[in-house]
Amino acid sequence: MTAHYIQLNYIDLAIASVLLLVAGGVSMSLRLGLEKSLGIAALRTVVQLTLVGLVLKILFHMVSPWWTGLAALVMMLLAGREALARQTLKLSRGWSLGIATTSIMIAGTVVTTLALTTAIRPEPWFDPRFAIPLLGMVLGNTLNGVAVGMDRLSATLKREKDAIEARLALGHPRKEAVRPYIQESLRAGLMHIVNSMSAAGLIALPGMMTGQILAGIDPTEAVKYQILIMFLISGSTSLGALIAVVSVSHRLGDDRDRLRLDRFKHNSNG
Amino acid sequence: MLSVRSLKRLNLGPLNLDISSGEIIALCGPSGVGKSLLLRAIADLDPNEGNIRLTEIARESMAAHEWRKQVMYVPAHSGWWADVVEPHFESALKSDVVDVLHKLGLESTALGWQVANLSTGERQRLSLARALVLKPKILMLDEPTTGLDGENKAKMELVIRNYAADGAGIIFVTHEPEQATRLSSRRLVLIDGQLKEASS
Repeated sequence: MTAHYIQLNYIDLAIASVLLLVAGGVSMSLRLGLEKSLGIAALRTVVQLTLVGLVLKILFHMVSPWWTGLAALVMMLLAGREALARQTLKLSRGWSLGIATTSIMIAGTVVTTLALTTAIRPEPWFDPRFAIPLLGMVLGNTLNGVAVGMDRLSATLKREKDAIEARLALGHPRKEAVRPYIQESLRAGLMHIVNSMSAAGLIALPGMMTGQILAGIDPTEAVKYQILIMFLISGSTSLGALIAVVSVSHRLGDDRDRLRLDRFKHNSNG
Repeated sequence: MLSVRSLKRLNLGPLNLDISSGEIIALCGPSGVGKSLLLRAIADLDPNEGNIRLTEIARESMAAHEWRKQVMYVPAHSGWWADVVEPHFESALKSDVVDVLHKLGLESTALGWQVANLSTGERQRLSLARALVLKPKILMLDEPTTGLDGENKAKMELVIRNYAADGAGIIFVTHEPEQATRLSSRRLVLIDGQLKEASS
């Protein structure tokens, strides 16, 4: 199949932006009050993506392990911050940020490196044109799994304090007492990836695959890439969520098998 | 049997306490003075310091869960981790469970009850029952008879008395002076983080 790639110009984008104006008009006429946030969000999309496009263009010209590594590091730190922002209950002394960033870093680095060196194998393997977009997709999903898993575990341990302490008081080891809540949190953290794998292709075509098809790639080739990405994302999300949830559980306990809810920020131990 | 020396935690102690086999101690004192915190500290459920021994064996030389199996705390508000009553008794012998339930005025069908439907009194009795079947050497009860009517309160007091007679050491928190006199062989009052022997 020899499709060709259709280049977009700025007039094409301006036409598409009319749709946004329609949405703004609807919001104003129905007094939804969304027009301002819609406008700001649209502006952010344009500015952020334009900047990212420029950065990527520069980065792709400099095929150096150092620049790729630096970009990857910045992305992972931002992902850690983003995961922290979605926590309702945070651990004191920066532990939430530490755990979120570390688990995202480990999972993202392991999975992306594995994919680059075994499956995709660009020459050199750290070529930013492959490494950076791949890492981006992996991180976006891993951060979601890590954030949901950590948030769920913190909320559940707080809510189930009486049940957990009842088991501890009856002589159950802490590991046993918190195991059901760790399982529940991991299930919550992995839910979106299971859903998107199950629904892939049936309800919507995944974004990356759509992009490749629009760019003229044969659909069967695009599907292979999409399957690879799905597997990488689920591997990385599981690994990241597992590390994060187990670490939070560890931090909320101690060597005498106690439940240490006093280690939440703004002491919420009721 | 249980010896507590220089126990310290936030707003408590340093204080000493001895509970011997067969003894029942009433722990009294105004609300919010830290009676529950004291019992939790002995069970090692909260960070605390001190030299605490059971039959001469130091608490720290035992795994925490092994300690709590022998020095057991039964809180005033019980927690439940399954929907039905039975799983809360799973590590105990069925015959022991039925026996204890009968003594507390409950039928064995109680094991099939939904936790969400339990009354305060039923929760109190079942949470004592699930502790008793594990046969701890020291039993620390936090307001065990709250929410019980006269008849069930008497049954529970009898169960507590018999359990001590079998060799356990018991300390219980109460706000009723009559219950303290009726049930205990010794009364302690917690004031300003210190334990004082009450003169009766």
